[in-house]
Amino acid sequence: MNKPISTSVIRVDSRQKLRGEAQYISDWTFENLLFAKTIRSTVAKAQILSVEIPDIPEGYYIVDKHDVPGANRMRTVVSDHPLFAEDDVQYIGQPILLVVGPDREMVYSLAENIKIEYKEEPALFTLEEAEERSTVFTDYHYKKEDPEKAFETAHRIIEDTFSTGYQEHVYLEPQGVAAEFKDDTLFVYGSMQCPFYVKNALLEAMALPEDKIRVVQSVTGGAFGGKEEFPSLNGCHVAIAANKIKQPVMLIYDRDEDIICSTKRHPSKVRFKAALDKNDHLIALDIDVLLNAGAYNGLSPVVLQRAIFSATNVYNIRNLNVRGRNFMTNLVPSGAYRGFGAPQTLFGIEMLFHNIAVELGLDPLEYKMRHLLKQNDPTCTGGQVHEEVKMPEIIQKIIKSSDYYNKLKTNNKYNGIGISLFLHGCGFTGKGETMINGEIILVKDKDSVTLKVSSVEMGQGAETVLRKIVAETLALPIENVIYEKVDTGLIPDSGPTVASRTTMIVGGLLRDTALEMKKRWNESEHLELSKRYEHPKYLSWDDEHFHGDAYPVHSWGANVAEVEIDPVTYELTINKLYAVYDVGVPIDERALIGQMEGGIAQGIGWATIEVMESQNGKLTQKNLTDYKIPTSMDVPEMECDFVLNPYEFGPFGAKCAGELSFVGSPPAVAEAVANALGKPINHLPITPEGLMEIDHED
Amino acid sequence: MKIEFTLNNEKCTMNVDASKRLLDLLRDDLGMSSVKEGCGEGECGACVVLVDGRAMNSCMLPAGSIIGKSVITLESFKHTDRYKAIERGFLKAGSVQCGFCTPGFIISTESLLNQNPNPTDEEIKEGLSGNLCRCTGYNMIIKGVRFAMEIGSGLW
Repeated sequence: MNKPISTSVIRVDSRQKLRGEAQYISDWTFENLLFAKTIRSTVAKAQILSVEIPDIPEGYYIVDKHDVPGANRMRTVVSDHPLFAEDDVQYIGQPILLVVGPDREMVYSLAENIKIEYKEEPALFTLEEAEERSTVFTDYHYKKEDPEKAFETAHRIIEDTFSTGYQEHVYLEPQGVAAEFKDDTLFVYGSMQCPFYVKNALLEAMALPEDKIRVVQSVTGGAFGGKEEFPSLNGCHVAIAANKIKQPVMLIYDRDEDIICSTKRHPSKVRFKAALDKNDHLIALDIDVLLNAGAYNGLSPVVLQRAIFSATNVYNIRNLNVRGRNFMTNLVPSGAYRGFGAPQTLFGIEMLFHNIAVELGLDPLEYKMRHLLKQNDPTCTGGQVHEEVKMPEIIQKIIKSSDYYNKLKTNNKYNGIGISLFLHGCGFTGKGETMINGEIILVKDKDSVTLKVSSVEMGQGAETVLRKIVAETLALPIENVIYEKVDTGLIPDSGPTVASRTTMIVGGLLRDTALEMKKRWNESEHLELSKRYEHPKYLSWDDEHFHGDAYPVHSWGANVAEVEIDPVTYELTINKLYAVYDVGVPIDERALIGQMEGGIAQGIGWATIEVMESQNGKLTQKNLTDYKIPTSMDVPEMECDFVLNPYEFGPFGAKCAGELSFVGSPPAVAEAVANALGKPINHLPITPEGLMEIDHED
Repeated sequence: MKIEFTLNNEKCTMNVDASKRLLDLLRDDLGMSSVKEGCGEGECGACVVLVDGRAMNSCMLPAGSIIGKSVITLESFKHTDRYKAIERGFLKAGSVQCGFCTPGFIISTESLLNQNPNPTDEEIKEGLSGNLCRCTGYNMIIKGVRFAMEIGSGLW
C-alpha cells in the first residue's frame, strides 16, 4: 500500500495480551464477591406450574422476576424477551432465576436441586412448521419497477431454493458480566460490544436515574455480534442481583451454557424465481427470504432488513419483488452475527447465478459480470450506487493471482475452483446512523490528546485504528493519543460497535474533529472538541417503503476457493483462498489482513464443518466437542489483496471491512464444490454426508 | 489432600480436593489469571500450561495428578528469553487479536519448539491444532511462530 496510513504499527493492546496480563471479566476481583448461576428452562414451551427451592443456607439467595425493580423486559429493537421468565417459557435455555452466593461449588449444587414443574404445550421448531402455521414476527416487502410484467413477458423462468444452518459465534471468551453498587451508583462491568445498549436496558430494568448507572467494558475476548444484544440480558441479571443483595455479583457462563442460551446466526431459507429475456439476461427476481428468529424478536427485524437489502448482491436487476419474513419458533433467539442476515441471501444469489449459468451452458463468472452494478446504477431499493465500482479491477486481479481460468479447465470430480463476488453496505441500515446520531469527543492536554468514544476493542483492532487516525491527523506519536476507558460515565454515545461502522463512521468523526483541532492547535494548552454524525446530504431513505439509499456506501470484493474432495470419505479440504477487497483505503494493512483472514476462516467454518441442529427444541451440538470450528489444520493458506478506492466521507478514504470479510468465502467454497462434483450446492453447511448424497443423486 | 508440586519454579504446597481441576487450582487459589477457561473440556487450549515441559490442558487435569511435577504458566514464562522471542515474533506477525487464546498459543508454541526447534509449516499447524482461535484464521499465528524461530534461533 502506498498510503502512509496503511503502514502497519504494533497493535497497542497486544503486549498486555501476550503476557497474559489483560484482565478479562473473569479475572477481575471484588471484595465480598458473590457468584451467580442461571436456572433455565429445560422444556421448549410450557406454563410454569411451580418452582421448588431447596433450603438455602445463609448468605445464599434466589433472584427472579419478583426482584426486577423496573420492567421485566430486555430492551432491544423489539423488547419482548422477559429478563426472568414469568408464567411461561418459550425455549430451552430461557432464564428463570439466579442462584447467588459466595461459594461457587455451593451455588452450583443448590442450582442442581431446584425443581421446576412445567405443563408442556405443543411447540414448533422448523421454518417449514412455522411457515405452515404462519407464526410470523415480521413481514417486509419491497418492489422495484414492474416485476409482474417482466415475469409475464419472460423468455424463461427459473426457480431455485437455498438454505443455511445455524452458526455459533464461539468467541473464545464466554459471556461474562459483574455488577456492584458504589454508594448509590450501579456499575455493570463485562464483555460487550455495546455499553450504551446495556445502559439503556438497565435504565428500564432498574428504574434508576440515568446518572446512577455506569456500564464499563472489560477486555473483551471476541464477540462477532454475539456480544451485541446479549449482554443486555445477563447485564440486567447481575444488576438485579447486586441490587437485591447489596454485594458485588459475577456471572460467567461456561461454554455449554453459553451455547445453549446465547444468540446464533439465523437459519434461513431463500426462494428465488428468476425471469430471463431472450438474451438470457436476468430481468426480474422474485425473492422470498425466511429466517428462523427463535422464540423472541430481539434484533431479528433489523437482521431481516439487511438480509433483504443484500439479496441482489453486486448485480443490477431491473425488476424486483422481495419479501422477507422472520418466523417465531420455540428455539433460542437468533441474533446478530457478523454479516447480519447478508451471508444467507448472498450465498443464495451467488449460487443462483451459478446454477442458471450452468443450465444455460454459460461461464458463471462471465454471466455474473454481465449483470454487475456500475456507478450511478440504481440499488435494489431504488437508491443509487454513488461510489465508483471497481469490481472489474477486483475480478481481473483475482483471476490473475489465482490463475482461475486455467484451474477451472482442469477441474475434475475431486478438485474444484470457485469464485464469489460480493459487497457489504457500510454502517447501519437506512436511517440507523441518523437515529443513533453518534457523538465523539477529543480532548487536548498539552501535547497529548484523549479520544472519547463508545467503540470498543474486542479483538478487531479498534483501539489501534482509532488512535492511529487521530495520531496521523495531528502528526503525534500514537503513544500521545489516549483511548479513554469505555465507561458510559466518561464517554459520549458514539453508537454501538457493530455493523462494520467503527472505522468509517466513528473514525470519520475523529478524523474531522482532529482536523479542526489541528487548525486550532495553538489556541490553548487545553482544548475540548466534540462532533456528532451527519449523514451525507445527498442520501435519502424512506423507512416505510424501503426506498432510497439503504447504505451510504458499499465495500466490495471477490474470493476464489480451491477445494479437494476425498473420493472415498467425501471429506472436504480447502487448499487455498484468494481474496481481493475494495475497502476504500486500508487503515493499517496488517490489522486489516488479520481481520479479513479471520472472517474468511469463520465463513469457511459456517460453509463446511460448523453443523448445529436442534431436535425437539434441543440443540444437538452443545459444546466444542460436538460443535467444531476450524483449527489450524482446517484453514487454507490465504492471500489477501486490496484495490484502493477512497471514500470521501471515510477517514483517509476508509470504508467498512469487518463483515465484508465473512460473506465471500461461503459461496466461493460452495461454487468450487459444485464445479468439482458437477452438481448444484444449495445448502450450507456442506458436510461429507451431504456431499455423498448429492453425488449419488441422479 | 496435601499436594506438593513446583509452580513457576517455586515449591508449592496446597491442601485441596485431589479431584479439583488444575485450572481452578491455578486461577482461583493461586491467582494465575493468564490461564483462561474457554471450554472446560480440553478442546480449545486456552487453559494450556506446561507440565514437566509439555503443554497440557489444565481443565482436564485433576490437581492430584501434578504431585511432584513442575507446572509453568505465563506468569513466570514471560520472563524468559524464549518468551521474548515468541513475543517479538507474534508482534511482528500480528498474531494477537482478542487475546483470549493468546496465552495458550504461547505455551503451545514453547512446547512445540522445545520438542522440535525447526518445525515445518505443517508441523507448526499440527503442533498448534489443540488451540482454537476465532479471530485470526491462524495464518498470522503460524507466521508468528516462524518469526519467533528466527528471532530466537539457538534458544530451543
